Amino acid sequence: MYKLESKHVDFFYGASQALKDINISIEENTVTALIGPSGCGKSTYLRLFNRMNDLISNTTIKGEVLIDGLDVYAKGVNVDSLRKKTGMVFQKPNPFPKTIFENVAYGLRVNGITDEKLIQERVESSIKKVVLWDEVKDKLKKSAFELSGGQQQRLCIARALAIQPSVILMDEPTSALDPISTAKIEELVYELKSKYTIVIVTHNMQQAARVSDKTAFFYLGELIEFNITRELFTNPMVERTQNYITGRFG
Amino acid sequence: MIVGLLMLSSTITSLTVVLIVFFLFKEGVAVFEKKPVEDGYTIVINKNNKVRKLTSEEIKNIYDQKTTFWSQLGAKHDSIILFRVEDIANFYTEDQIGANFENLPSCLSSIVDSIPGIIAFFPEKYLAKNFKGKQLDIDKVSLKEFFGGEEWYPTAQPSAQLGVKPLILGTLWVSFGAILLALPLGLAAAIYMSEIADERIRRIMKPLIELLAGIPSVVYGFFGLVIIVPIIQKIFNLPVGETGLAGSIVLGIMALPTIITISEDAMRNTPREMKEASLALGASKWQTIYKIVIPYSISGISAAAILGIGRAVGETMAVLMVTGNAAVIPHSILEPMRTIPATIAAELGEAPSGGLHYKALFALGCILFVITLVINLTVEFVSSRRKGGNH
Repeated sequence: MYKLESKHVDFFYGASQALKDINISIEENTVTALIGPSGCGKSTYLRLFNRMNDLISNTTIKGEVLIDGLDVYAKGVNVDSLRKKTGMVFQKPNPFPKTIFENVAYGLRVNGITDEKLIQERVESSIKKVVLWDEVKDKLKKSAFELSGGQQQRLCIARALAIQPSVILMDEPTSALDPISTAKIEELVYELKSKYTIVIVTHNMQQAARVSDKTAFFYLGELIEFNITRELFTNPMVERTQNYITGRFG
Repeated sequence: MIVGLLMLSSTITSLTVVLIVFFLFKEGVAVFEKKPVEDGYTIVINKNNKVRKLTSEEIKNIYDQKTTFWSQLGAKHDSIILFRVEDIANFYTEDQIGANFENLPSCLSSIVDSIPGIIAFFPEKYLAKNFKGKQLDIDKVSLKEFFGGEEWYPTAQPSAQLGVKPLILGTLWVSFGAILLALPLGLAAAIYMSEIADERIRRIMKPLIELLAGIPSVVYGFFGLVIIVPIIQKIFNLPVGETGLAGSIVLGIMALPTIITISEDAMRNTPREMKEASLALGASKWQTIYKIVIPYSISGISAAAILGIGRAVGETMAVLMVTGNAAVIPHSILEPMRTIPATIAAELGEAPSGGLHYKALFALGCILFVITLVINLTVEFVSSRRKGGNH
């Protein structure tokens, strides 16, 4: 069984169709990159898995989006608990206006965990997983805004890991970061792969090539090609993919 | 040239503000130079009486017959005998006084001389040249009397009572009541409009609420007088419906647009990514609102509340119409109250220019100015904290 799957997914913002008949299957513990020019629907697609598109009014979805074989858009699905299964990392680092500790603890607290010892442990292990512990262990009580952009983004990843999701959705996580911070995040993605299924939207094709096992190329709401990353970059089957990855448009 | 014009207009504006404040305080502070006795009047006692000075409160107690013996004021044990100029008829006939009161000064002089316990109050022009009594020295209006006094009878005879405590308390009660009503309602509306209502509803509601800010305050007052006052009277079974509560309700309605628009703006400024991050962690919409949106916009919300209070404190007309205007220390919100702005508006027209009452009203204006200044400074402080990003 695939970890994540979408079957004949159509998605509409009002009357305009943003995704057309998308079929993708993603295996557990892999990294999948979604690439394509702006407005191609890759972020929209990513946000289907934790139903973040629900926040936008006047949208409709057809087809099936499955996590562990269960349709996330089925009737009776509790969106809040669905979102606990999926951690999300956003374009810009977006820590809460709280302390470093409370940022990571937030997901636990809103999910009703009150055992301070457990929270303490989870916060520490999550921050360790993103290799931030040594940098922040002495200032856990300070505002998260005091961290650099790259540190903030790793904190946001730690925040997502704290609720122990099995899937991590990353929406251009390095687009606002400098090369060194970007390299750290990429390294992290590679390490997290052993425990999580990761889907990463990126504008940066080198990044997709570096971190992902499989890559999906979107264009104007259509899935043009979905293949093993090396194959897609070295031997694309569709001409449009070829044109995009060689920089002829995009 | 244009720069000059722009500079000129801003200079004129600043100068005007400074001038207004200067004028206000010059007139207001002058109340403490005045004696709490109407201009042209004097209070006299028997020359053997040891009392030299009296405060306005002591005089009031004498005339209210609460103080009945001079010994209570540190003099001989004579009972106090009140004398007003019209009492002269009990002592002298009209012939003796004279058709044009030409003998009145000497009559008064001998009455005061003959009664040891007398205290008399009459116009200074009837003071005889060789007056055989003693003119009382009356203390100027003191700060203690002004701020600590519990009675506001600025036109009382012989001695005006200028205690502003009931007015300050009335203002605070009415404003506090208003904010107590308006803040929860306004915040709820702001949360609804910024976080829950969809764009279409918001586009209808927002202009409606802003329209509320444009209604003249007399209209609010009229609405309060015709609708709210009778309802309060009925519900609480009161003799009169014009109470502090009526003022609070009307002011609360008036403060709503300020509170709603400012706090809604602050809440909408919460970055979308931050809300999304919270939701993506499995937080419900409500958790996101009270754990992320409200803490993020708390300085904007406090600014809204403080500005709302400012609106309530300074409002005049509507309050004047519905609060009943009784200048007594309030014990419950269901009593008639009188606020500072309402007092100024109601009494300034009757106060002789330059007189004690007139200056006292300006002093009230100074108090109001200080209150609103403090409120504005608080807003500045709160919103500068927001700009500093100190969350």
